[in-house]
Amino acid sequence: MSLLRLLYAGWKFHLKSLTLSGFFLLTSVFQPLIFASIAYLMFNAGARPGSLLYVAIGAGMMGIWSSTLFGSGGAIQWQRWQGTLEYCIAVPPAFIWVILPLTLATATIGLYSLTTTLLWGWLLFDVPLHVVHPGWFVLALPATVLALGLLGLVLAATFVLYRQANALSNLLEYPIWVVTGLLFSLSLLPGWTRPLSYVLAPTWGVQAIREAALGGSPGFDIAMCFVLGAVYLVIGHFCLRYFERLARERATLALA
Amino acid sequence: MNSVRIFFVGGQITYRALFHWLTPQIYIPSLVVAPIFQILLFAYIGRSAGLESDEFYVVGNALQYAAVPCLFAMTQMVGGERYQNTLSAILVSPARRIPLFVGRAIPVVLNGAFVAAFSLAAGTAILGVDIPLSAVPALALVILVAAFSCTGLGLINAALSLRIRENAMLSNVLFGFLLIFTGANVPLGELPGWMRTISDGLPFTHAIEAARKLADGASLGSVAGLVGTEVLIGLAYAGVGYALLRFMEVQSRRYASLERS
Repeated sequence: MSLLRLLYAGWKFHLKSLTLSGFFLLTSVFQPLIFASIAYLMFNAGARPGSLLYVAIGAGMMGIWSSTLFGSGGAIQWQRWQGTLEYCIAVPPAFIWVILPLTLATATIGLYSLTTTLLWGWLLFDVPLHVVHPGWFVLALPATVLALGLLGLVLAATFVLYRQANALSNLLEYPIWVVTGLLFSLSLLPGWTRPLSYVLAPTWGVQAIREAALGGSPGFDIAMCFVLGAVYLVIGHFCLRYFERLARERATLALA
Repeated sequence: MNSVRIFFVGGQITYRALFHWLTPQIYIPSLVVAPIFQILLFAYIGRSAGLESDEFYVVGNALQYAAVPCLFAMTQMVGGERYQNTLSAILVSPARRIPLFVGRAIPVVLNGAFVAAFSLAAGTAILGVDIPLSAVPALALVILVAAFSCTGLGLINAALSLRIRENAMLSNVLFGFLLIFTGANVPLGELPGWMRTISDGLPFTHAIEAARKLADGASLGSVAGLVGTEVLIGLAYAGVGYALLRFMEVQSRRYASLERS
């Protein structure tokens, strides 16, 4: 019970804190609108118009990935700069339960992206906001956020070993948008990219939300979000333990 | 003679000083790999939408990505000085402002042109786009002009950063607008009229159009009008940027706000 309270309090605190950050609002609201607008214009002008709701969901998902990537990738470094990392490690709960709410919050704030791209599309591009399976849709959203938040835990635990975490985030933003097929079908990509797509939660998350919204069977995609989330949790747990031990051994906790 | 030294030597030294942190570990992910994936992203969206050829997206995005070094670096030229507490020392010096500020833009233009040229070469190779070798010199010139033109906009951005705290965010916003409005990904003819009007006055629009024609085999002479317009746009932005810098400098002295924002 106290663990759930810790997770909830941490998640709520970080969500509020991130909402006040201009950078995160830019990443999760403005940037997805730019990509959504370009994609709407491209699909409207193209020979294969496709579904604009498909595009809106994909552009929103791009924002969820960006906020998770930049927020979680720099999570530990961020605590270090603020001088709070020592406290986060020293408190009685395990470090993972202190960092997890932050990575979950970075994924949650990405929901602003989805909301804004859907509303933007509806207001300016006549994107229909009809959801075929509302029940599945309501389940697909938290499943996707949870999976991305747990992937964020892996990012937080691994990026900290690389001094230039921001540059690593820059490196991974576009490639993951491409390889997870957020704005186009995965079948367009070369076959060798498929395993990469399948181990990344955004692939299944966007498929789950799309199938719930446009019609289809999102059950398997949602299940994959949970399965991958569990795998990320295990990887994140071991990576964080390794980081913590290394930092204690070398006395480098407060050093960048 | 002193102004020439400030222009060339000062500009180069300042660039090295302010960008000492731009190590290969930062440069390669942000300015070498990212533009290639931007090209791939839009090329695949284009294939999915059945809109334009890969060449369209390779040329458009390669040139447009020069906006990252041009916008961010020019802003850093002012913001970085302030961060290191050297801005007031520079503004109190008797150095003429044109060589002082414009000299700093030269390395930025060259870096922007390199990023665009490398992205164009890499995108062309990865997606198998065929660009005639004879077009390369003219394309190099157009890329240089595009980087210059965007650096002019960067100068305005730099001036605004004397007042705006979140100048990196402003650069991001400008980058986003350039991505939509310059025709890098959506053919200009497909943009709504009001967007098309705005795009005519932005950096990159004419350079991208010229580069696409060159890649299709047109001669440099046939795109001279587009290149000339791009140069004029760059000069106009640089002029406005310089005037704004001087204005902000005067305002900063008057209200003692130089180190505040």
